[in-house]
Amino acid sequence: MPTISMTVNGKPVSAEAEGRTLLVQFLRETLGLTGTHVGCDTSQCGACVVHVDGQSVKACTMFAGEAEGADVTTIEGLAPGEGELHPIQEAFRDNHGLQCGFCTPGMVMTAADLLKRNASPTEAEIREYLEGNLCRCTGYQNIVKAIQDAAGRMAAE
Amino acid sequence: MYEFELVKPASLAEAIEALKAEEAQPLGGGQTLIPTLKQRLAQPGSLVSLAGIPELVGVEVKGKVVNIKGATPHARVAELTASAFPALAAMADNIGDPAVRHRGTIGGSLANNDPAACYPAAALACGATLVLTGPEGAREIVADDYFQGMFATDLGEGEIVTEIRFPIPEASNYQKFVQPASRFAMVGVFVAKYADGVRVAVTGASEEGVFRWTEAETALTADFSPAALESLSVPAEGMMGDIHASPEYRAHLVGVMTRRAVAAS
Repeated sequence: MPTISMTVNGKPVSAEAEGRTLLVQFLRETLGLTGTHVGCDTSQCGACVVHVDGQSVKACTMFAGEAEGADVTTIEGLAPGEGELHPIQEAFRDNHGLQCGFCTPGMVMTAADLLKRNASPTEAEIREYLEGNLCRCTGYQNIVKAIQDAAGRMAAE
Repeated sequence: MYEFELVKPASLAEAIEALKAEEAQPLGGGQTLIPTLKQRLAQPGSLVSLAGIPELVGVEVKGKVVNIKGATPHARVAELTASAFPALAAMADNIGDPAVRHRGTIGGSLANNDPAACYPAAALACGATLVLTGPEGAREIVADDYFQGMFATDLGEGEIVTEIRFPIPEASNYQKFVQPASRFAMVGVFVAKYADGVRVAVTGASEEGVFRWTEAETALTADFSPAALESLSVPAEGMMGDIHASPEYRAHLVGVMTRRAVAAS
């Protein structure tokens, strides 16, 4: 089996994996980072969104081998430190941006990608950027509100 | 997924070599192929990843032509063609969702030739030239000869789409009626106006895959306005029908989307 090496949340990691191992499997099963969720496994729901070299991707639709040498950030790596939350995570908590929480890691990672590109998105731009992330609880209202709130918090920092 | 070997060549030459292996298949961004593999609808011996090959990524504007390398992801196409060819950029920026656009590639889309994909409409409407590279070297083919029906193209064994050359139109626009679940085109129409005439290509509609609506082209070449299309329609016969749209509805949408594209050009 080939050995795959990459940087995950700032730390170099290396492990054996088959060619067909998906990035999400590698993160969850090999590295034990279970914050990244598998929702649909068909590239639709976005629960598995992580950042690869600074861009949001669906970790269920990429092979671990394709991320060889890449810089990967998962939901576990977003917060600045132990016991702290990222402003987007805080905003989700304060605005009830989650109910069951299953979609939340993907929502937060997609939101982080959006806010990096567009620091003060309109409501329409937020909704459009969330096109590939499904939530079956919230009706999206509070997710959108949380991202607007997060944009404000991050601008103030 | 069936078992296979993932091969990561560092150069185009290495990729062409790796594709000579039995049951080898190229892997672009994987946004169609990986879901297909999960459903066990494909069983490659090896997948040759094209995503990490630097010489296959990038956009170059040369006078009135935009050259896009085959492994350029949609998001990069959108970014890099925004000033030279805004209609193409807007189309690329509306494929799938952001995460899909970060991985999926123009060459992958054109190689797959899904009957509801966006890029085939752009390539056909612009009379783009595709560069296909394989064991015998590189060859050029115009879009009209390249597309050969649903999921069918002129791509040969071991060949990959390495570059697409779009002549930049004087005026152009793409209108997509989005299938709300998949984000593919229920019907998509790309209209491109050149000095020597107008070309109209339709995706998402026909059982034969992407096609040119020649009656509309003639009418629009004479008079480039939505009014020129008032008396024209495409027959429902040969249109796709499914739970999302009947053949009659798709035929109707072809007219609507074409008029909208002309109005927005």
